[in-house]
Amino acid sequence: MEREVDARGLACPQPVICTKKALEEIGAGTVITLVDNLVARDNVLKLARSLGCRAEVKEREDGFAIHIHKEEAVAAPTPAGEKKGEEAAGREVIVLIPTNIFGRGEEELGQVLMRMFLYTLTEVNDQPTTVILINGGVKLAARGAETVSSLESLAAAGVEILVCGTCLDYYGLKESLAVGTVSNMYTIAEKLLQAHRVITVP
Amino acid sequence: MGGTPLLALNIACFPTCLPVEMLGAILKGGADKVREAGALIAGGHTVEDEEPKYGLAVTGLVHPDRVISNAGARAGDLLVLTKPLGTGIILTAAKAGMAQEDAVAQVEESMATLNREAAQAMLAVGVSACTDITGFGFLGHLYELAAASQVMVEVAAADIPLFPAALELARMGLVPGGAYRNREYLAGKVAFAPEIEEEIRDVLFDPQTSGGLLISVPGDKGEKLLAELARRGVSGARLVGRVVAGQPGRIKVVPQL
Repeated sequence: MEREVDARGLACPQPVICTKKALEEIGAGTVITLVDNLVARDNVLKLARSLGCRAEVKEREDGFAIHIHKEEAVAAPTPAGEKKGEEAAGREVIVLIPTNIFGRGEEELGQVLMRMFLYTLTEVNDQPTTVILINGGVKLAARGAETVSSLESLAAAGVEILVCGTCLDYYGLKESLAVGTVSNMYTIAEKLLQAHRVITVP
Repeated sequence: MGGTPLLALNIACFPTCLPVEMLGAILKGGADKVREAGALIAGGHTVEDEEPKYGLAVTGLVHPDRVISNAGARAGDLLVLTKPLGTGIILTAAKAGMAQEDAVAQVEESMATLNREAAQAMLAVGVSACTDITGFGFLGHLYELAAASQVMVEVAAADIPLFPAALELARMGLVPGGAYRNREYLAGKVAFAPEIEEEIRDVLFDPQTSGGLLISVPGDKGEKLLAELARRGVSGARLVGRVVAGQPGRIKVVPQL
């Protein structure tokens, strides 16, 4: 079953209320909530996560379509979410991406590989807790990049996407950041030091 | 901070579609609090508007040598917060009809409590700096204090007083737009330890209505301030962090200190 909730033009907290109501009314199925601003997008994603539902965001011309997949009766907002957070805290896995090209060799091939790598991350079971984009890596999160949709799916699945602010400035991409949170070396260094495992893309 | 209020002017915005008795009740509530604060209402303005709004413009007195600004915090100070956080999230949930009655009652009681006793405790003990927590949220006002004082601050998430319902409601996405704007403004200024959960971050960025005082007190006077606050009935006050030497304006949020 699929249900569309048009929350465009609604002020916070209406998008959350309408989405919650729709999720309660359908059995198993998908609720697609349309929103036209970032606050509504993030709040609806939080709702989905608190209910233990998988969600992904698709960017549209007039905002975002959030697809929320409900498997069974929605339980009360779950302490399971809390648990997941605790587990994650115990084993932070970071993927550090310091380039927009995967590996050394032909640039064109490197770009294809990077696109495949990020797409594959959205499909695997053991997703990293954080993806850090730095130096040329920030280009992957800029508007128009073919990798944006994969990064958005990761973000929607709860993966933290940190993008180096200095690098965005350097490449003149600050205005065109399409996904992720602008971060700084202090936070990035701290994250790397405290991580359980860091995987650096060559 | 550190002054005594003398005169207050009402500023009220009110729609024509709501009963005028409601405006009367708002003005009466304001007048009661102004009287409790020891000041007088000397008039005011009313404007027609779509959503009700109410505030006061207050004039008071303070000796120029005894103004407590937000610029006096020093390395070695301790940070004390006098009211729990989360009013913005709980009021957003209340608008949505998703907040428990007792959670709303707790928030209302806290918002209707003046900071007068807390201010007097702080004046009695002698402190370095103070600010009040309102629309920029705990981290926004903490940043202003740290930047103005040219110091770095560390706060312990586990020690920060929160309304119990706020975390669960934040997790459900009942986070006001103002919290996101505060977060955006503070990007790059606050470093969170990775294990600080998203909902705690939301509460720390949450805009507060009638929030408490954030006080920076010399380390050796911390216990005395907490005791004085408790003696005056400011039961929600907690030690939340410390001031350290370091990059001016930098905030670190760690699980515990």
